[in-house]
Amino acid sequence: MKVRKIPCILVLFILCTLAATQDVASFEKRITVKKLANGLTVIILERPEAPVFSFYTHVDAGSAQDPLGETGLAHMMEHMAFKGTDKIGTRNYAAEKVALEKVEKAYTAYNAERHKRVGMDEPKLKNLEKAWQDAIQQAQQYVIPNQFGEIIEKNGGEGLNAFTDDDETGYHYSMPANRFELWAYLESERFLHPVMREFYKERNVVIEERRMRVDSNPLGRLLEQFTSEAFAAHPYHRPTVGWISDLNSFSATDAEDFFREYYVPSNMVLTVVGDIKAAEAMPIIEKYFGRLPGKPKPLDLATAEPPQNSVREVVLRDPSQPVYLEGYHRPDYMSKDDAVYDAIADVMSNGRTSRLYRSLVRDKKIAAAAGGFSGLPGNKYPHLFAFYGVPLPGHTPEEVANSIHQEIERLKTQDVSDDELKMVKTRAKATLLRSLADNQGLALHLGIEMARYGDWRELFYEVDRIDQVTKADIRRVANQTFVPVNRTVGIIETNKPAAASEGGTQ
Amino acid sequence: MKNTFVKGRLPAAIFLVLASIFAFGQAADWQQIRIPPLPNFQPIEPKRIELPNGMVLFLQEDHELPLVDGFARIRGGSREEPDAKTGLVDVYGEVWRTGGTNTKTGDELDDFLEAHAAKVETGGSLDSTSIGLSCLKADFEEVFQVFLDLLRDPEFRPDKLEIAQKGMFDAISRRNDDINEIIGRESAKLGYGTKSPYARVPEYATVAAITRQDLINWHHDHVYPNNIILGLSGDFDSAAMEAKLRQAFAGWAKGPKFKPEEIPISPAKPGYYLVKKEDVNQSAIRMVELGTTRKNPDYYGIQTFNEAFGGGFASRLFSVIRSRLGLAYAVGGGVGTGWDHPGITRLGVGTKSQSTVESIQALYSQIDELQPHPLTEDEVGRAKDSILNSFIFNFDTPEKVLREKMAYEFYGYPLDFLERYRAGIEKVSNEEVARIPAKYLHKNKMAVLVVGNDAEFDKPLSTLGSVTPIDITIPSAPGEEPAKPAKPSSK
Repeated sequence: MKVRKIPCILVLFILCTLAATQDVASFEKRITVKKLANGLTVIILERPEAPVFSFYTHVDAGSAQDPLGETGLAHMMEHMAFKGTDKIGTRNYAAEKVALEKVEKAYTAYNAERHKRVGMDEPKLKNLEKAWQDAIQQAQQYVIPNQFGEIIEKNGGEGLNAFTDDDETGYHYSMPANRFELWAYLESERFLHPVMREFYKERNVVIEERRMRVDSNPLGRLLEQFTSEAFAAHPYHRPTVGWISDLNSFSATDAEDFFREYYVPSNMVLTVVGDIKAAEAMPIIEKYFGRLPGKPKPLDLATAEPPQNSVREVVLRDPSQPVYLEGYHRPDYMSKDDAVYDAIADVMSNGRTSRLYRSLVRDKKIAAAAGGFSGLPGNKYPHLFAFYGVPLPGHTPEEVANSIHQEIERLKTQDVSDDELKMVKTRAKATLLRSLADNQGLALHLGIEMARYGDWRELFYEVDRIDQVTKADIRRVANQTFVPVNRTVGIIETNKPAAASEGGTQ
Repeated sequence: MKNTFVKGRLPAAIFLVLASIFAFGQAADWQQIRIPPLPNFQPIEPKRIELPNGMVLFLQEDHELPLVDGFARIRGGSREEPDAKTGLVDVYGEVWRTGGTNTKTGDELDDFLEAHAAKVETGGSLDSTSIGLSCLKADFEEVFQVFLDLLRDPEFRPDKLEIAQKGMFDAISRRNDDINEIIGRESAKLGYGTKSPYARVPEYATVAAITRQDLINWHHDHVYPNNIILGLSGDFDSAAMEAKLRQAFAGWAKGPKFKPEEIPISPAKPGYYLVKKEDVNQSAIRMVELGTTRKNPDYYGIQTFNEAFGGGFASRLFSVIRSRLGLAYAVGGGVGTGWDHPGITRLGVGTKSQSTVESIQALYSQIDELQPHPLTEDEVGRAKDSILNSFIFNFDTPEKVLREKMAYEFYGYPLDFLERYRAGIEKVSNEEVARIPAKYLHKNKMAVLVVGNDAEFDKPLSTLGSVTPIDITIPSAPGEEPAKPAKPSSK
């Protein structure tokens, strides 16, 4: 149950890897793909190494789909998908349903009074708040807490978790293979009959998640400010976890509306990998997931980020140590240059032979680490290619910025070497190969490729595309992308308040 | 944040569902779904070989992909380094690899390995150092030669020592930036004692004191065959690999038997401890006391207790503090068990500044509740099911099996410890589990640490008891590496 921001980058790195048509062929033999009548895409990969399986449910909606004024809603919905169904997690659903309706009614009244710009009545507000809290208490008596997770755990579920990022929401865990049908029941019921129980308590849990990841974490603080600055029009400017005022305002009804719009089979991909036989597993999946009502895939976002045409900068005067970050707008993952960006990220930052490591860490000794990557904050829509550097004590973000710019300049004006380009291509192949022996990882990657391209084979084709990248491509794309008016800078500058903010009490 | 709790697991079975039987029926609910029996699954066991010079090898064939991975673990780690050179093993773990061999610089190794998408990496930890390799099967000969050269003839070139030290200085300078890093470090100090090798941390001065000769000496004193356990897994033939390894290590003479040192532990006094941090709106809270080891016969009861009390989604801490009270995103904990030294028993929660004291009291009341309401038969049964049904995930890949065996070998556990663990969990009774909290979880023995913005707490921490402030100001090094721009008040 986590907000995933940066890790999306890792996915990219893993995805942008090896070719090898013989791998595609070996997977073709073991993969079955079917689109169910309700529009749900199902992928089954047989990998009978041990009697276990993993799955990944991909919902093609992330925080970029959060409605205006309801940031954090996609992530909130992810948390609610652990709260059970009309049969799981309740002592008496008929009574609970009535109680939950009362909670919503009370909350609507309280929320309306609370947000009155003029004429808000304080005593009335207090009463309304109390009525809402009382209704919550009433509904609570019907709850069997966390029964959904409990059933999975006691049946041997492993790695039960989920994530939300700007682009999608994902659910995953692994189970012993003899629990396949039980799993199919649980995972389909979760999206067939979700119940918004304990919504307002879970909202507080999510607010604590925000405090942990953003408010009380220097890098979290920087990334939130940085991303808001870099995007003016596109929803990528909003934090996945949500702004605090929105979190304190949206309702269970809002979450249900979101669910009804985006959690529809045509907008989801289900991938299962492990010791299962497609001939036996597919009918079970059809039986359970076929029950989800079919609906058209929701319309995608129309808002496009306009050209930047200005230098942008955020500087956090923060008690923590300095960090330098800069990002440049680049096209989405469908761009024909996508693999070129992957190659640039690799040359600049993969390992101790990378240019940024050798220049900033090894030779100039001004940074503890430096790198470059795509996928900030997502990659489904046009996003940022970012560079970062962590200045060593006694060195400044400015020094780091200058050195990164020198390396970018080199990329623009001189070809990368034959050795470097070969390294990128060899590594891409090996990285893909290394990712093929893990049920959970495979389920995740195949599912995302299917959702993004409509074909799981893109997992392998991406490596072919990297193989096609030329030195000229790298110079062209670097010249096109890494220009000052396309840049947003984010800096943490150490600033000590008067008091001993480091926690030092004397 | 439930991806961190510890879990056990169980052999499961070939999945066999007769789809036709179910094709027309609709299961009314989960209890009616048939779970087929679990045929036995026998994972491939690695071959264990002890060379005449005492080196122990484990060879695990895995032919799924054309790759070979290897990992050698060497006895002796940071708990054995001298106090005045705290950080030595961390630095050693980096420079062992980056400093190159007597014939090739680290940079030359980087060029060679990256060109083959191969890795040879070294590292240091609390109780051991390590060197690992990963490569395509076709490159094994050449990559293994790099591995051998580093094992036998590392050079620890000074330019790389300097980079490693600067990296350590950087980490020191940043160690107070994040409350979760602070709470982890400072609560370990409370649990083991500030000066205990299990909790102490590198300082500018101790890192600056590390010399190239220290690294050479450490290597000389630890890296010899009878102090090494080497495991290889991947696409090779065990017999051929064994012959190759026997030949590679044949001329290497035995060293002295590794003598573990007595490591001092002196837990802090129970009570309240506060680290002030003004730039946060959430408090990190940990309650700690000294735990036990996995050799303790209570281990199975402890694991079952941990699962039910502070482990999964349905555990008491998660259900009450997170789901029912909405006080936290991250909450959990349990009795700590180490392999060869006591672990730390920890209960932890992250909560808004305004519910800091309330959350401490909520944790307390969960401990208190165990008296009148011990874990029920149902809770214990669920915890055991959870551990046993997921047991298969301990050995569902050849690599995991290899790592398990290497750990047992390293810590002197029987090689069938995993089987014993399963049997132990199966046998655990409600009564055994019920005895755990009284024996291992003591409110009055715990040190309670809060890292947070105390000006915004719901009540002063002192309403709970006397509070000892902890000064985490980073001491500056004499000489060229300034601490922080902050006032250099030393501890």
